[in-house]
Amino acid sequence: MDTMKLSLGPLQYFWPRERTLAFYREAAQWPVDIIYLGETVCSKRRELGTRDWIALAAELAASGKQMVLSSLALIEAESELGVLQRLVDDGHCWIEANDLSAVQLCRERGVPFVAGPSLNIYNHHALALLMEDGLRRWVPGVEQGEVLLRELRAAVLADGRTMPELELIAFGRLPLAYSARCFTARALDVAKDQCGFRCIDYPDGLPLATREGKPFLRINGIQIQGEEITDLGPELPVLRELGIGVLRLYPQAEGMAEVVAHFDLARRSPTPPPHIGARNGYWHGEPGMRPAGGA
Amino acid sequence: MQLVCPAGNLPALQAAIDAGADAVYAGFRDQTNARAFPGLNFDDAELRSGIGYAHARGRKVYLALNTYPDSARLAQWHTAVDKAAEFGCDAIIAAEMAVLDYAARTYPAMARHLSVQGSATTAPALRYMHERFGIARAVLPRVLSIQQVERLCEGSPVPLEVFAFGSLCIMVEGRCQLSSYVTGASPNRHGVCSPAKFVRWEEHDDGCRSVRLNNVLIDRFEPAEPAGYPTVCKGRFDVGGEIFHALEEPTSLNTLELLPRLAQAGVAALKIEGRQRGVAYVSSVTRTWRDALDRYRAAPQNWQPQPGWQPSLSKHAEGHQTTLGPYHRSWH
Repeated sequence: MDTMKLSLGPLQYFWPRERTLAFYREAAQWPVDIIYLGETVCSKRRELGTRDWIALAAELAASGKQMVLSSLALIEAESELGVLQRLVDDGHCWIEANDLSAVQLCRERGVPFVAGPSLNIYNHHALALLMEDGLRRWVPGVEQGEVLLRELRAAVLADGRTMPELELIAFGRLPLAYSARCFTARALDVAKDQCGFRCIDYPDGLPLATREGKPFLRINGIQIQGEEITDLGPELPVLRELGIGVLRLYPQAEGMAEVVAHFDLARRSPTPPPHIGARNGYWHGEPGMRPAGGA
Repeated sequence: MQLVCPAGNLPALQAAIDAGADAVYAGFRDQTNARAFPGLNFDDAELRSGIGYAHARGRKVYLALNTYPDSARLAQWHTAVDKAAEFGCDAIIAAEMAVLDYAARTYPAMARHLSVQGSATTAPALRYMHERFGIARAVLPRVLSIQQVERLCEGSPVPLEVFAFGSLCIMVEGRCQLSSYVTGASPNRHGVCSPAKFVRWEEHDDGCRSVRLNNVLIDRFEPAEPAGYPTVCKGRFDVGGEIFHALEEPTSLNTLELLPRLAQAGVAALKIEGRQRGVAYVSSVTRTWRDALDRYRAAPQNWQPQPGWQPSLSKHAEGHQTTLGPYHRSWH
């Protein structure tokens, strides 16, 4: 059986330019097969502009990795559509389509795309329609676990079709919600339009706890993430059997080289690795987070 | 502009029609719609009866089929589309591609509206849904500013419906997993947000109350403090040592003062949220908006909010507070 591929998901946080560039130049040496680049959360984050991301993709492609340009999950302004159009027009990379605007622009230009986790695909028929539009790989949304994927695959095969390449979020904080509002700006009591790009001070997001002090969520600009860094490593035998082709690792501020090395070893081993993050409840058909309190 | 009002059950449907709704939206009593709450919604006979009531008065009924079926349950959504056509619904309101595709192929003459849950916020996204599934209308997510709505009206291939009043989802609809992260039950898959069976209130000796969602503390209230329904997005949390409504206060959307701008932008329909609310809410809110729309139609240049309108709407708002929400830039 083919070894699973490893991908670096798009950087969800906002890091200074030099830190971001240094991170990706290091990543070019890591045993990952695919790297997703680009801003998926907030169009005001411009330490790297569209031109920089495209140039970085070209530079890193020389390392032999597949480069994919990721699109914003929530597009509201004309200027944001303009950025998306430039990513699609670049033509050198596949696009990770994180909303329907990206699907449509890829479809109009005939550019292959990866359906990102914030695009809603829940069944075999929707998947087939999007494959007609140019979908080549699918990253299921966070709430889709083993049973749903098994049923979906059975339905695809029963229709006499083939599955696209499947990529699962194997490591990282789960993206849970997006809003027009910036929650980082709200927490710091500044207006979104004069935010001062303060999310740059929180390279792993801003922690939100319950009133009894239990860590709960992460605020990341207009995005809300779960607090826990989930880890599907221990499920690798099942993922392999399910035909998962790519394991997505979301960049965190520290220790990513070790995380990649851990999964690189694990994908080559017949026995599952020990867990290095939290159990992902969604995968087991349960709430995404670990049971709280006395449960 | 058309006034589209919520009908959580047959009495609410009749109340909305009597109060002047041009159309009502309703759902079946199952997970095919995004208000799958206990005791709410319609069985087959009730829906037929509701459609009869509306059609006899020249009004329309839209059926909300706006959740996301997984492969194993897709047939149930197909059946719901079949029934919508058989019963004579004027349109279905759907978000999911397989549901829209089935309806477009099987009943091309029955209008398809893109639900707010479909998360289409741009002209290309709307173009996709129009070219692919022939949608006749789209309901916009509650994330756009009034300027963005105006621009989208110019570039959209289909007429647009926007939310005018009601509870405010602050996250992009169709793409919020806060409820499922905590409870496993999601708006997309199960048609519910923070379902009541996971809610636990606790009374403390000092008179304070706490409320938990599947054991996660969402908020704590002082003895006299009003307490709202515990969705994650409207709880109070600790960020950097400060306790506050980190995501949003319990408040309702109210766009009444924007009515002229929405009309001039070419918005086709105004939607009132609240299928989970009772007859009193539906009657009163519908009547106020009917009056506002009628006065605008009669004399657009002289339109201004009447003194009784805002207090009447605020009475029905969450936490008795209203906001222009994302329509207004300062909310962001």
